[in-house]
Amino acid sequence: MLSVRLRHEFKGFVLDAAFEAPAGLTVLFGPSGSGKTTVVNAVAGLLRPQSGRIAVGNDVLTDSAQGLWLPPHRRGVGYVFQDSRLFPHLSVRQNLLFGHWFTGRGGGRAAHLDDVVDLLGIGHLLRRRPAALSGGERQRVALGRALLSHPRLLLMDEPLAALDQARKDEILPYLERLRDQAGLPILYVSHAAAEVARLATHVVMLTDGIVAVAGSVSRVLSDPAVAPLLGQDQTGAVLTARIAAQEPDGLTRLAIPAGTLFVPYVAAPPGTLLRLRILAQDVMIATEELHGISALNVIPARVRDLTDTAGGVLVRLDAGNQTILSRVTARSATALKLAPGMPVQAVLKAVSVAPGTIGVSGG
Amino acid sequence: MADWLTPEGWQAVRLSLRVSLWAVAASLPLGILVAYALARWRFPGHGVLNGLVHLPLVLPPVVTGYLLLVIFGRRGVVGQWLDQFGIVIAFRWTGAALAAAIMAFPLMVRAIRLAVEAVDPRLEQAASTLGAARPWVFLTVTLPLILPGILAGAILAFAKAMGEFGATITFVSNIPGQTQTLPSAIYAVLQVPGGEAAAARLVATAIAIAIAALFLSEWLSRAIARRIRGG
Repeated sequence: MLSVRLRHEFKGFVLDAAFEAPAGLTVLFGPSGSGKTTVVNAVAGLLRPQSGRIAVGNDVLTDSAQGLWLPPHRRGVGYVFQDSRLFPHLSVRQNLLFGHWFTGRGGGRAAHLDDVVDLLGIGHLLRRRPAALSGGERQRVALGRALLSHPRLLLMDEPLAALDQARKDEILPYLERLRDQAGLPILYVSHAAAEVARLATHVVMLTDGIVAVAGSVSRVLSDPAVAPLLGQDQTGAVLTARIAAQEPDGLTRLAIPAGTLFVPYVAAPPGTLLRLRILAQDVMIATEELHGISALNVIPARVRDLTDTAGGVLVRLDAGNQTILSRVTARSATALKLAPGMPVQAVLKAVSVAPGTIGVSGG
Repeated sequence: MADWLTPEGWQAVRLSLRVSLWAVAASLPLGILVAYALARWRFPGHGVLNGLVHLPLVLPPVVTGYLLLVIFGRRGVVGQWLDQFGIVIAFRWTGAALAAAIMAFPLMVRAIRLAVEAVDPRLEQAASTLGAARPWVFLTVTLPLILPGILAGAILAFAKAMGEFGATITFVSNIPGQTQTLPSAIYAVLQVPGGEAAAARLVATAIAIAIAALFLSEWLSRAIARRIRGG
């Protein structure tokens, strides 16, 4: 568990943030200039905050009240930078073992070169120099280098931001595996909603140097107050489903507390947990039982509340114990006389499955 | 080959090489430290230090030699102090090395400083997050990356030391076998009527050494750059 409380004044900008990051992957989310990197640098010890306290479990890294400030090399905090920062004069293997060499004799989490190389699929790169790697390969090596420094906490500052979509897709599965297997708390900076929906177990939303919202990914992403920060076409709920069966027609049947969903084939055995992202703009609302409709996924729900936003009315629906968001026009909301407590049918036009999210509860 | 130069001529060449190598070797650690400090640290006296380092570059060499004599001569402030321990620099080859080192120092520091400034400080930050304390960051990241700059600075300083004349002759005079370096020897030979031929041979030797140093530096810096880029 990482706990952060810090205050730092820059010219014309004040960062005043406090949050806790439990085990799992906590995304520090917010627009550019909201202070995300400053927070991460303070945790790593690259920036000394004017006041505050940062602790991992019982180990205090910084406490201005006690005048305590550990230098970066004594923090045991792995840091994956946006620009990888591999050492150009060392081979991939030497880069990977750099931190291992300094921290290997200390305590911390034992990580072995072979395991990390396997996890990240970089065995064929070991003898190369960083200059001979692609962007995606570089980030994988940077990640391995941080893991091998025996960290008790992993920081990642927009590790995918400099990559194109293909390279992102190449790395995301590794990050998911790391989140689910390493048992290492991860603080991950991002301003991409899709990354949050796919990777986060917890979200800390930072705006103008202040924590706006914090909590589990499903709670934060279904919070109407967060919608304007995500942007209209990125607003959507994240929920967890279990694979019920593989249908003969090539679809996969999923069970959620509110009912059944059908999605294109997911290559995983029944019983596997999946993370679903359902964008608000892909959810229609009907007030009556539907007949003769092509949409496969219709689930019963109840209106919890309605929030006016720039792009229309955002309707929060309770479906079982999960939450779904739907965006409708003000005209429709009035015509349907939508009100809290009203039973409705949610029609899901699209459900995206984050691949490889096996074994994740999503809060 | 051996009679290409007179025994005195060869003596001057050997002395020049010894003086220059010692001048560079002894001042290199300080040169790296000063270059790093000027490039990376902000401290009171930064400008003063920078000015002091560059002073020999702009002062007339004779003035530098005179100041050395005042400070390091047997009656000088530092010279008297050193005399207590039986160390005498003035009019010895060690004095020639000191004069050469001071004259070459600005060139050495400039070359290394440029190399330090070219190192991305974010790489050093990354090293510190991986558990390396400051001295280790310097040894394992900064130093290997500035190696070509250090080499360039050292060769430049060596060439400058080989050619140093004004400060040397003022500080340690022109004693054959003691302080007569290659340039001093050329000067001395030219003072004698009919010495033109001997002078020309000494000059040719000086040119050969300079070119050899230049080629060596080029070859070495390519080899190092290849290692760093990892081709």
